[in-house]
Amino acid sequence: MRESTIMKIHYGTALGAVVLVAVHVLFRVTMMNYEDSLAYENVLANYKFLPYAIMLELILVLISVHGFNGLRVILLELKQGRTYEKAVTYGCIAAMAGLIAYGSRTILITSMGIT
Amino acid sequence: MSKTAIAEEQSSTEVSSSKIVTLRIAKFNPEHDSGQQYVDFKVPYERWTTVLDAILDVKKHLDHSVAVRYSCRQASCGSCGMKINGRPKLACFTKISELNSDVVTVEPMSNYPIVRDLVVEMDKMFANHKKMQPYVIREDSEITTPTKEFNQTPEQLEEYIQFANCIKCGLCNSACPTMAMDSSFLGPQALGQAYRYVADNRDKGKNSRLKIIDDSHGIWRCHFAGSCSQVCPKGVDPAMGIQLLRGYLLGFRK
Amino acid sequence: MKRNENREGIKGMANPGRYGIERFAYWLMRLTGLGLLAFFVGHIYETSKILNGKTAWENMLASTSTTEGHVFLTLVIGMCVYHTANGIRLMLGHSGYGVGKPARPDYPYTPASQNNMHKLCIYASIGLAALAMMYGISVLFGE
Repeated sequence: MRESTIMKIHYGTALGAVVLVAVHVLFRVTMMNYEDSLAYENVLANYKFLPYAIMLELILVLISVHGFNGLRVILLELKQGRTYEKAVTYGCIAAMAGLIAYGSRTILITSMGIT
Repeated sequence: MSKTAIAEEQSSTEVSSSKIVTLRIAKFNPEHDSGQQYVDFKVPYERWTTVLDAILDVKKHLDHSVAVRYSCRQASCGSCGMKINGRPKLACFTKISELNSDVVTVEPMSNYPIVRDLVVEMDKMFANHKKMQPYVIREDSEITTPTKEFNQTPEQLEEYIQFANCIKCGLCNSACPTMAMDSSFLGPQALGQAYRYVADNRDKGKNSRLKIIDDSHGIWRCHFAGSCSQVCPKGVDPAMGIQLLRGYLLGFRK
Repeated sequence: MKRNENREGIKGMANPGRYGIERFAYWLMRLTGLGLLAFFVGHIYETSKILNGKTAWENMLASTSTTEGHVFLTLVIGMCVYHTANGIRLMLGHSGYGVGKPARPDYPYTPASQNNMHKLCIYASIGLAALAMMYGISVLFGE
């Protein structure tokens, strides 16, 4: 993939994440008292509300992509070499996929009510 | 024969009194030194004395072995780039009196291999510059076109003339935080010159240059820290050129 | 003999001084980015505790809703707001907005890209982060 395409994705995920994370945070502070919003039943209700669950999934994907691409950029600048650069790129992709898989498992199982 | 006194000069200009500054020079000869050593020299200076003047004073009177690159002494050749009190500057363009310091530390520019003392190897910078195809690319030539010359309005000239002022001193590469770690990064000098040719209306090689810089160690490793533009002695502002160049790759400019 | 590349290394990259507020903004952007990534990984792990039932969730809340936890969360709020605001400034700069127009340079050769608008945006990002942290403190510690 060309670096310009990767950077367009980096900028796009940033903009998307800003909007969705703002909504996610506002959900916690505006709907009810912050402490109450973290209660088990209220969090469960959030996950069971499908649009919110989809939003969480989107945040997970957007921030994982943006964050691990940023880490990849920093690591590529630290050291150079074919083997190292391949290892960093594939490592970051693997970490990104792993985190998305782990987070998606939580969202999917909780929103389907199998806890 | 009676001795006549030399007439005193009548001048309204305030005569500057000579002061002393400690010039701390980083010395390193890779042939027999294991590491850099700082040697202090007490040098007299006037209001107009430059750092280069001070270094040459040391070379003349105190230590002939100090290695330093210099040529024009007027900030047009770019030879005397070095770190002065931690910041890359041209030695001929920096006055001791401006530094407001009793100790002036001079070191070789960072991010370039040291040849000896204050002299660094510039090969990598020139190689990166060459990669940018630093010449007008066109299939036809001024000899074959019916107009005999490639027309350019004063407005079209203003689009890139700033970047043509680059004297290849290398200070920008020395200040760049990405160059501090990434040995494959093209650097602000090369990227600034890529924009100089892309922005030139006579040039038709935009696509080939954009292909070269669209790399994991190309233009995308610039993060707009702006240090290159802060240290440029000729006002080239490579940071501006790089951001404008990015516009072509992001689709904002055609 | 192995040539000494004389690169500043991480010390040079991570040094926020010497070159003005823009270099400091770059350094802070890197720091907040890494901090937010670390927080995000931890956040995904801690929120997965909901799968283990009410007791596990409440145990997780008890261990994170401490004074130290709230201080850490306040820092995260600040990092997030700074990274977002400065990121927007950078995206605009990368697109060529606010970096000035090419012009024939004249002494003292002040770079047009290092203009007051960008400096103001950097200070505004830091200010917004501070305000967000103050709001966060009022929510987290105010109950």
